[in-house]
Formats: sequence, C-alpha cells, structure tokens
Amino acid sequence: MGFWARYRKGIRVAVPFAVAVGAFGISFGVLAREAGIGSIASVVMSATTFAGSAQFAVASVLGTGGGVAAACIAALLLNARYGPIGMSVAPTLEGGRLKRLVEAQIVVDESWALSNRGGGRFDRQILIGAGTLLYLSWVLGTTLGVLAGNLIGDPNKLGMDAAFPALFLALLVGQIRSRRAAAAAVAGAAIALVVTPFAKPGIPLIAACLACVIGWRRPRRQDRRWAPADTIAEELP
Amino acid sequence: MSAAWAAVVIVGAATIGIKSAGAMLLGNRELPPRIGGMIELLAPVMLAALVVSNTFGADHKLVLDPRAAGLAAATIPMALRAPLLVTVIVAAATAAIIRLI
Repeated sequence: MGFWARYRKGIRVAVPFAVAVGAFGISFGVLAREAGIGSIASVVMSATTFAGSAQFAVASVLGTGGGVAAACIAALLLNARYGPIGMSVAPTLEGGRLKRLVEAQIVVDESWALSNRGGGRFDRQILIGAGTLLYLSWVLGTTLGVLAGNLIGDPNKLGMDAAFPALFLALLVGQIRSRRAAAAAVAGAAIALVVTPFAKPGIPLIAACLACVIGWRRPRRQDRRWAPADTIAEELP
Repeated sequence: MSAAWAAVVIVGAATIGIKSAGAMLLGNRELPPRIGGMIELLAPVMLAALVVSNTFGADHKLVLDPRAAGLAAATIPMALRAPLLVTVIVAAATAAIIRLI
C-alpha cells in the first residue's frame, strides 16, 4: 500500500467514530455555553484539550457552581490515562521534539485504539489520519453546538451517549488477540466497576491499568497470538 | 481572567503536557520487554474499562440506564459483522427509543 494510502485508510476507518465524536462535540458546545464558558473559550478548549470527557467535566463543574480548582482536578483525573497511553505510542512518533509533541496531541482513545497493531506497536499513519479527522469533527462539532445549539437540541435524546460504549466494544473485540489479552480485559473491566462507586470519574480508568501487570510475566509458548499482529483497522468491518 | 478562561488554559496546558510526556521523556527508545509486555495489554484493558464506565458509570455510582440497552442491542449487528456505522445507529436508536417510552 502506498504512503498516503495508509493515511487515507486511517481517515476511512475513523468515519463512524467521527460521526459520534462530532455529535459529542455539539453537546459539549451546548453544555459549555449553558455553563457560561463562552463561545470562543469553548472552541479554544476543544482545539487545545481535545479530550471529550475531561471537557464535559469542566463544563459541568463550572456550570453547577464549582470552582476552577475542582473543575481542573476532575479534568486532569479523567485525562491521567493519557500518561500511559502516551508512553505506549512514544516509540511510534517521528521527528524532532516539537513534531512529536504535536503528533502526541491527536492521540485520543479512538485514534489510539484504531492504530494499535498489537504487540505494543502502533501504525503512525493510521494514528495521524484517524486522529486528524476526529480532531476536526470535535472542533467543528463544538463550534456548531456553541453557535446553533438551540436549533439542534440535545444529542443525547438521539441516544448518542450510547454510541460510545458500542464503539469502544467494537474496538475491544479487535484487541482480544490472545488468552492473556482476554484475561487482562476482564480484569480491567472488573476493576473499573468495583472502583466506580468509591472514586471520582477518571480514577476507575487509572485503577484498571493495574490489570496490565498480567503482562509482566513472559508469555508461555501456548499463549500465541490468535491473529496475525496487524492493525485493528484491518479487522473492522 | 474569568474562571472559565482560567480552566481552559490550565486544563489545556496540563493535557498537552500529559499527552506528550511519554514522547518527550522516552523519545524513540524501545521499552524494556517486561514493561513492553504490560503496555501491550493497555489497549484491551483501557477499552474494557471504557466500555463499562461509559455504560454503567456515573458520579460515584453504577447505574443501569438506556445506554446499557443500546450496548446490548449493538452486539447483534456486531456479531453479524455489520458496518460499524450500523452498529452505532442501532446502539443510539435503541437508547433513544427507550428514553421516549
């Protein structure tokens, strides 16, 4: 496949995600305006932070009269997962420090999972193709929500909040390539469920990372990969 | 600076830092094998955690709401290997219909 073809493929596989992310962006724009964040600040936030759940947390904390500190702590807890996620893609990024810093910004859950080739490797072009499309739909969705939110209404009435679990599950299915990966996924989900009632949003995701210790032991022979290590993008329908 | 702008600047700067910390600190170095073995499992672990927290998660509690029905319905087109967009529509439509009822 040609050089640009893989970027295009990244864009193509990200389309269903971009639809959901765009709708999510619209609802962020609506909520941010109701929370008094202001049109320009809302769009600037989407363009710089580019992390949906954290931005929603800021809007809801500020909107319900919470302080700046509470809003920032909630957001940073939700974004803490991008620490380990950023580590996992670090060897994939190219170029000087500035270029890598910029490339690291388009990493979100969806672009990260789409570009995962298994075996701890990532496809840089798919990451960039998918991440760029998701970035554009997030920023455009926010702009639309800020400007025309009243006309569009609440996307959650259309069930858009149910789109994300389904999308993440589709991505997860493509990641279960070994017995060990299956065990880790079950453990991660169990930890997240158990921790949720006792912790602020975001902490369950960080706690779930503990399940990764399953990977500390060297794999036994029989834990061969079930599928050749290629990007999940190939496996998506 | 208003409270909103302060939050935008602080969260924006911190997120940029968190996202790029790995790339800045590690550069292109390969991770040691055991750490690599753990990082390898990060995708299934994080996605499984994202599925359950986006389905059942709320602030300090677990809830059963139309999102769970949407997810359950979405497993049907998924099992049939339907296009992902169909899966998303099934999930969203199911949740929307249940909210209407």
